[in-house]
Amino acid sequence: MARSYISIEGIARRFPAPEGGRTTIFEDLWFAMERGEFVCVIGHSGCGKTTVLNILAGLDEPSEGAVIIDGKAIEGPSLDRAVIFQSHGLLPWRTVLGNVSYAVSSKWRDWPKAKVEDHARKAIATVGLTGAEMKKPAQLSGGMKQRVGIARALSIEPKIMLMDEPFSALDALTRGTLQDEVRGICRNTGQTVFMITHDVDEAIYLADKIVLMTNGPDARIAEIVTNPLPADRSRNEVHKHPAYYPLRNHIIDFLVARSRSFAEELAQPGKVWNRRAPPIVTPGTPDTPPPLVRAV
Amino acid sequence: MTRSIGVRALVLSLVILAIFLAAWHVAVSGGGGGGQAVDPEYARLVGAAAATGGQTPMPGPIDVGKAIWKHMSDPFYVRGTNDMGIGIQLAYSLARVLLGFGIAVAVAVPLGFLIGMSPLVYRALDPFIQVMKPISPLAWMPLALYTIKDSALSSIFVIFICSLWPMLINTAFGVASVRKDWLNVARTLEVGPVRKAFTVILPAAAPTILTGMRISVGIAWLVIVAAEMLVGGTGIGYFVWNQWNNLSLTDIITAILLIGLVGMVLDQILARLTRLVTYPE
Ligand SMILES: Nc1ncnc2c1ncn2[C@@H]1O[C@H](COP(=O)(O)OP(=O)(O)OP(=O)(O)O)[C@@H](O)[C@H]1O
Ligand SMILES: [Mg+2]
Repeated sequence: MARSYISIEGIARRFPAPEGGRTTIFEDLWFAMERGEFVCVIGHSGCGKTTVLNILAGLDEPSEGAVIIDGKAIEGPSLDRAVIFQSHGLLPWRTVLGNVSYAVSSKWRDWPKAKVEDHARKAIATVGLTGAEMKKPAQLSGGMKQRVGIARALSIEPKIMLMDEPFSALDALTRGTLQDEVRGICRNTGQTVFMITHDVDEAIYLADKIVLMTNGPDARIAEIVTNPLPADRSRNEVHKHPAYYPLRNHIIDFLVARSRSFAEELAQPGKVWNRRAPPIVTPGTPDTPPPLVRAV
Repeated sequence: MTRSIGVRALVLSLVILAIFLAAWHVAVSGGGGGGQAVDPEYARLVGAAAATGGQTPMPGPIDVGKAIWKHMSDPFYVRGTNDMGIGIQLAYSLARVLLGFGIAVAVAVPLGFLIGMSPLVYRALDPFIQVMKPISPLAWMPLALYTIKDSALSSIFVIFICSLWPMLINTAFGVASVRKDWLNVARTLEVGPVRKAFTVILPAAAPTILTGMRISVGIAWLVIVAAEMLVGGTGIGYFVWNQWNNLSLTDIITAILLIGLVGMVLDQILARLTRLVTYPE
């Protein structure tokens, strides 16, 4: 079987526990993503979502296992993978243009300054921040800072975008606008996206696949939900689709109940679940394909 | 409102100054012929001058004003090793401070960088720094004089050693506490270590480093006066001591005022620089 574009193969992450020994945040985690896919991860606070993202970014190393991207194991951060940080991560002493230019000049080190700034300005225009180039991050609103983070990520033309709750600090209106922009840009440029979110509707609107993570410690990928909504969905139409409510209810039911009691669910007789191939479900379609292997 | 509070504060300052000067004037011109017996300890300290000149009256603000005017109208004269203009003396002191401080910057900032970057080095050097820091810089003077065998260089060394610690500690602390987020940004952009040091760590730690420099320059200016009193020769500290031997209180008060003013200017320069590199978050 050909390997997927991104292949998370049995990774574990353990931290020294305060009372001695080690806490396992998660172990033996398997998951794969194809090129151009938009994947959202949903799970409760502290289950290890950021840890997975940091491992994908190369900022953190798994205690066991490996992540293979395009046939090569990750060895540290790479300009091919842009990270949009939860706390936007802008350098406060640089202007908007300075922040984006810093990324551009890091990617293309031999470019002259004018070319770097020109490229940076284009990225800033893409997120609708033309006119704010000379402002410092402190002079920007939360939404504008988040846009600069997105512009910086886009400017280096990455192959993969890793986003850690990029919109969670924003008001509903700004969030909607930014979601539209990011979705448009990612679809147009064929980005592969791994995004963490707490917002069920955001995941439904943006994702092709939604990964459901159980509560930690020892968090697992309980299911992978494929999104039945049409790819050219529009924000105001999604809730009219017949599959919308089954999908939403399925995710909310997971967050409210199943994420906590997943271990008991596994212990039920007849339950089949395989770490290496978490069940793929599509709520709202009559026949969800049956899982293949018994729980292990 | 801010403007008016500024104006009001200035008026109040002038009023306080006027009251102080008036009180001073009245105090020294009032009980003029005190004629109390000279304290033997005092006589011993004053030495020859007291023996010959007897009691010098405490000068009033007008005498001091005249002395300031005299010094300011010809600050840079040289009439011999013991008779130089107050400007020249100040320049000697400033030069020593700037030299000692400059060398300390050149040592403390790179060293602080290394210490701050490595938790291991940080821990290993911490006990040494903690012991060295509280030592009065003047305690180094005999050792310096013995090893360097040159009084001018020794006072520069003392300035160096007293400026070193605040800058070293602040640089190491500033570098060690650069936000993880910013370092991660550099890492995801595959920025090399040297470029990272100059484009992320240095700007992030600059306000802390400059605060250390400001503390250092303040201490250095305090210490130079004492150091020059000790080693003699030139400098404003020596000038004060020399005028004490001459029992010229007006000159001493003039020098005290100038020391304060120069110290304030040094502090303000560093404060400006600090403000320049401070970034709002
Ligand atoms: N450096 C660390 N040392 C010890 N424990 C850590 C460390 N970093 C993370 N953890 C633990 O790992 C777990 C997962 O953290 P992580 O940041 O990945 O959670 P998350 O799913 O992103 O949560 P949130 O939704 O709140 O952002 C948490 O329980 C946290 O306490
Ligand atoms: Mg997180």
